[in-house]
Amino acid sequence: MIAVTDLSVTFHNGRRPIRAVRGVSFDVAAGETFGIVGESGSGKSTVLKAIAGLVPSTSSVLAINGRPVAQRRSRADRRMLQFVFQDPYASLHPRQTVDDILREPLEIHRVEGIDEKVAKAIADVGLQPMHRFRYPHQLSGGQRQRVAIARALILNPPILLLDEPTSALDVSVQAEILNLFGRLRQRYSLTSILVSHDLAVVAHLCNRIAIMQLGRLVEIVTADDLRSGAVTADYTRRLIEASRGFTRASA
Amino acid sequence: MSEAPLLIVEDLSVAFPGRTGVTHAVRGASFSLGRERLGIVGESGSGKTTMGRALLGLVPRPGAVTARTMSFEGRDLTRCSERDWEGLRGRRMSMVMQDPKFSLNPVRTVGWQISETCRLHLRTGRRDAERRALDMLQAVQIRDPELVYHLYPHQLSGGMGQRVMIAMMLIAEPDLLIADEPTSALDVTVQNEVLRILDDLVRDRGMSLIFISHNLTVVGSFCDRVLIMYGGRIVEECDARQLHDARHPYTRALVAATPSLDEPRAELATMARDPEWLK
Amino acid sequence: MTDTLADWLQSEAPTSRRQAVAGNTYRALRAILTNPTALVGLIIVALLILMAVFAPWLTLGQSPFTQDLAGRLAPPSGAHLFGTDELGRDILARTLFGARATLTIVILVSVIVVPIGLAVGTVAGYMGGWVDTILMRITDIFLAFPRLVLALAFAAALGPGIENAVIAIALTSWPPYARIARSEALTVARSDFIQAALLQGASTWRILFRHIVPLCLSSVIVRLTLDMAGIILTAAGLGFLGLGAQPPEPEWGAMVSSGRDVILDQWWVATIPGLAIFVVSLGFNLLGDGLRDVFDPKSA
Repeated sequence: MIAVTDLSVTFHNGRRPIRAVRGVSFDVAAGETFGIVGESGSGKSTVLKAIAGLVPSTSSVLAINGRPVAQRRSRADRRMLQFVFQDPYASLHPRQTVDDILREPLEIHRVEGIDEKVAKAIADVGLQPMHRFRYPHQLSGGQRQRVAIARALILNPPILLLDEPTSALDVSVQAEILNLFGRLRQRYSLTSILVSHDLAVVAHLCNRIAIMQLGRLVEIVTADDLRSGAVTADYTRRLIEASRGFTRASA
Repeated sequence: MSEAPLLIVEDLSVAFPGRTGVTHAVRGASFSLGRERLGIVGESGSGKTTMGRALLGLVPRPGAVTARTMSFEGRDLTRCSERDWEGLRGRRMSMVMQDPKFSLNPVRTVGWQISETCRLHLRTGRRDAERRALDMLQAVQIRDPELVYHLYPHQLSGGMGQRVMIAMMLIAEPDLLIADEPTSALDVTVQNEVLRILDDLVRDRGMSLIFISHNLTVVGSFCDRVLIMYGGRIVEECDARQLHDARHPYTRALVAATPSLDEPRAELATMARDPEWLK
Repeated sequence: MTDTLADWLQSEAPTSRRQAVAGNTYRALRAILTNPTALVGLIIVALLILMAVFAPWLTLGQSPFTQDLAGRLAPPSGAHLFGTDELGRDILARTLFGARATLTIVILVSVIVVPIGLAVGTVAGYMGGWVDTILMRITDIFLAFPRLVLALAFAAALGPGIENAVIAIALTSWPPYARIARSEALTVARSDFIQAALLQGASTWRILFRHIVPLCLSSVIVRLTLDMAGIILTAAGLGFLGLGAQPPEPEWGAMVSSGRDVILDQWWVATIPGLAIFVVSLGFNLLGDGLRDVFDPKSA
């Protein structure tokens, strides 16, 4: 469903160019949830944004559903792929109600039956009708993230990209959102890529996981490999150990 | 533990009056601390950070701190004036905070900040303070102390900044260190390095440590005992290794909701918040 | 009855768009009315509007145009509460009617300046690059013109009158609004919610109009109210120079000018309209100050 070969992203702010992503390649099958794990500066979020067309990138192949995508996406392209951002406080317009936020994609694409679709989307993500006309500052972090997910799914895109969707949330709220995503991906047969710095979160939801460090793809492993420690790279081993908490023996 | 506890807290409450009524950030918290590592775990709004601040007299106005007992090394903290607090803070009790970007002075070199702490609390001369600061930088495993001494906070990486913060807070050799989310802003591999340094220093100096965090995994593996806070109250107090056998439903729910690499589950347990827990 | 209305407005679970917007407006009004500075400013501005609208009924029977050369420069008395000017016209009546000229200028300038400033600023801030550079240089050019000099130039070219005064003031007042709108747009342009809108396929026009402009409005409004004082003074200055409202239309600046010669002996002729200018400018200043506190997100 998603094919990426030799993806690179270079930022040109200031004097020296920053090579945020270098030659990353992987494939995601239809219906799969692919995970990308890395620490800060690994380029994991940048990869996601490049696939979404939010940052300029170069690649020998960047194809969605078999067709290569251009740098400038068309309106039709936008219906294929949607994004959930990390910060629930920054991804919703502060002066728009939940209703406004959910209507907008439908209005842009001139979809019929806006009212019912908005009501259904709200119910889908576990919110109540009473949340419909609230402003973001009247919602909790978990509720805002639900709205963000509803907004992403309201056009029924086959692909969903999630950039650290629960990093800013409490543990109990994270559990609710991750469970919600688990249910929705099954209901809508979503193909998705989940990015996180938390190995446990990614291993919980993904079967195949890419490990990234400093812009490069270190290796691609399965969740079982991580559990059993059957990995080839030293860095991956360090990540696994670190995710288990503190251990007194030095590495 | 046969010696007297270092810190005794009984019925500690912190209230913030506001426009819409009073917010009780901490309600009737009681615990004691010996020469050990105590973890305080809670989600946002649980009151853990406020409690940490209350122990150092750092609750901002208009917050009001009340307690039946709050004593540190036999000294009654509820009766401390600001001057008394100044004598205690940095010298007998210290705090390491979450993000060194915000807790280090951006316009002074890190070396200056560490040696200033030393001069202030230990009343040493300038050269002596500099030497101690360099020693401290070495103790937190900074490879080139001479170089780092003259750097500014913005030139340091997250992990190094935290190590500098630890150096600064430990140089006056306090008996109690309160660490408020010390590793939450760090990458997970750096986190362990910083925790190891903290582990060595705390053990070598026989210090007590209070580790405040939302991360149950880290606290469970680093501390000896753990307090779980919810809605301003301490709902559970147990041994760190026995978190899986916790009694309070909130603790059990928190443990069940944390994804774990080694225990795959189809769905993470979500908690039905019982209003009973707030009583 | 009022209890249920208050409940409806303050409901945390609004059931319709109208209720949500009404609730928000109510909250904003409440915030303004409980801020003392804003309240005083608002009262003064409200008085100005009332004066202008109801002038004919407030003059206590006098007319602003009737001349009485025998009773010229009469001191304040029962018949003429604020005395008469050099042509024997009632100053109270002229001051009240003068509010109309002031209000006209204030409204017309606002209506021209805010849309232009928002348009230029948001486009420059959001699009960046050479569009930003060109628009900002154009802004700089207009910023370089001194207001009064440009007004004189207009008067010389097009003739004096209130419309030309408005154009002159508006042309030299819009640049700061463009700057403010641009800086807000710059802050907001990289936000996640704008990226989300782009991802949905929103056009640039939609993003500017529906997403960015609403966020710039509060800063622009605060700046506008603070600017009002300056605009009123400039209009009075133009009137003083004979370039604003033309006689026999009463206008505060012109009244101050004509009272100049007799200010020592018949102080009321210049002072009363002068006081009116002062109080109204102060009112707008206070309102702007108060609004800035109210809109400050930190106090929310």
